[in-house]
Amino acid sequence: MVTGIQSRETGTKAVWEGSLEELRGLVTERAMTGETMLLNMGPHHPSTHGVLRLLLELDGEQIVTCLPDIGFLHTGIEKNIEDKTYEKGVPLTDRMDYLSPMSNNMAFCLAVEKLAEVDVPERARIIRVICLELARIASHMVWLGTHALDMGAMSVFLYCFREREHILRIFEMISGQRMMGSYLRPGGVWRDLPPEFYKAVTDFITYFEPKVDDYEALLTRNPIWLDRTQGVGILEPEVALAWGVTGACLRGSGVNWDVRKAMPYSDYDTYDFDVPLGEHGDVYDRFLCRVQEVRQSVRILKQAMKRLPKKGPFRSDNRKFVPPPRRELGQSMEAVIHHFKLWTHGFDAPDEEVYVSLESPRGEIGCYLHGTGGNKPRRVHFKTPSFMHISALPVMSEGYLLADMIAIIGSVDIVLGDCDR
Amino acid sequence: MHIPPPLDATDALKQHFGADVLYSKQFRGETTIAVNPASLAEIMLFLRNTPGLVFNFLSDISAVDYYPHIPSDERPERFGVAYHLYSMLYNRRLRVKVFAAEETPVVPTIIGVFPAAGWLEREIMDMMGVKFEGNPDQRRLLMPDDWDGHPHRRDYPMGKETVQFSFNVEEILKHKPSASK
Repeated sequence: MVTGIQSRETGTKAVWEGSLEELRGLVTERAMTGETMLLNMGPHHPSTHGVLRLLLELDGEQIVTCLPDIGFLHTGIEKNIEDKTYEKGVPLTDRMDYLSPMSNNMAFCLAVEKLAEVDVPERARIIRVICLELARIASHMVWLGTHALDMGAMSVFLYCFREREHILRIFEMISGQRMMGSYLRPGGVWRDLPPEFYKAVTDFITYFEPKVDDYEALLTRNPIWLDRTQGVGILEPEVALAWGVTGACLRGSGVNWDVRKAMPYSDYDTYDFDVPLGEHGDVYDRFLCRVQEVRQSVRILKQAMKRLPKKGPFRSDNRKFVPPPRRELGQSMEAVIHHFKLWTHGFDAPDEEVYVSLESPRGEIGCYLHGTGGNKPRRVHFKTPSFMHISALPVMSEGYLLADMIAIIGSVDIVLGDCDR
Repeated sequence: MHIPPPLDATDALKQHFGADVLYSKQFRGETTIAVNPASLAEIMLFLRNTPGLVFNFLSDISAVDYYPHIPSDERPERFGVAYHLYSMLYNRRLRVKVFAAEETPVVPTIIGVFPAAGWLEREIMDMMGVKFEGNPDQRRLLMPDDWDGHPHRRDYPMGKETVQFSFNVEEILKHKPSASK
């Protein structure tokens, strides 16, 4: 195992434990002769946002190549879901992208619904949109705060986390959990919204909307911010497409592709919103895109709150897939049978494969689901945006300075749980 | 700008590659085309560059293990590798599928057509044990370098197995032959 630190003696003990031979072909020949330096960044570096290790080849302060090393947060989520019935797989998906668990729930639920043909009532689809957009705002708040913090703007961080707290309280209100709610389930959502939810969200929208201007006032024209972000980490549109980059990173390069618009799910085509685009594909444009996305999310939230009825079904009433409500259990024998059947055996799905994708705050999150014909999947695979973005880090960072690396990592908004699964 | 009308991917592939297309099927509105792995790279290049197809974006590569494997027309080999392509111009998806044999699971890389395949292939090499010939980076991606076995295989135990002692190790290994390879 290579520790990735340039061979040198520290007192009596050499810190280099592996041989450079293992890296032949992955780093340039100049590294083999010692002309360039290999530097280990992470897995404990605060700006790696988790446990990411980068092996950097440096020529002075300039990055020649970058070899990301992932897998520190691998938790075998895909393998574990294979051993669970479809509904019991949902809580595991929460733990992948821990900054927006709702998007992961949604990806898995959409796949299960497509495979097993479960219907979702209209009100549940509206609730899902509200949850997804709240999750997007919460996730972008963490991104903005930590990205600015990495570059030395401390106060933005505190403001952003203050706003995120409001959203987490709303999530706790509806699901009982601040983060890992597992609120979206195949066929709809777990339970009905509490009465105080409506006021909480409307209050949040009125409170939050002017706040975005505050962050923009702090950063968008800040000369230090401009110096650190403009012209850094440039990603050409063709390169971005070739490397599978999605989300705000792709749109920052000027490619107009948003899954919500291209392949609408959950009635996104009936909402009125714009897809913000960048021009230069640098860190600054990605920043602008995400900040505008937050404004668009607020727009969607307003429309969704307007059309959300106070009463109505929140989950499919197909008893073959969705357990009956508790009040029916005392009166109906059939309800007891369905309840027992669903919580012991679950439901069966055909021995076929489906692929769905949706727009998570970070980019396109895809779920490949292969059934067995029984109650458990044969294979679940999540294509996660962070995974693709980290694999594209080398092309984004080549030729820039080591200090720019911090800005680039911050701008692609990686979550290592999302990457390693 | 003139945009040529979309072509049917199955027809176009059958016309150009003939017997290399094993079968094509529809499920829930998704098209799956199984092809011969030997000409995978050319097929990918064809799908990406032909006007009327332009599958210019590789969304995902995932592998599936059909253990215990019973050969059939639809699943000729134990391992299936599914490539999910997307065409931004025509806004449609396509799944290209290849199969790899149990004894020598090898599939050619498509890194020359889609650079994004690099890590996706490495993940499958690591987790499913399907080798991608031609991928310049053959190291493990998610699991530690010294890990034994490929966790996403269906015969790889998911906990719950008997605790291994020296007196029963042979008995245990008998039941999971491919996991220890």
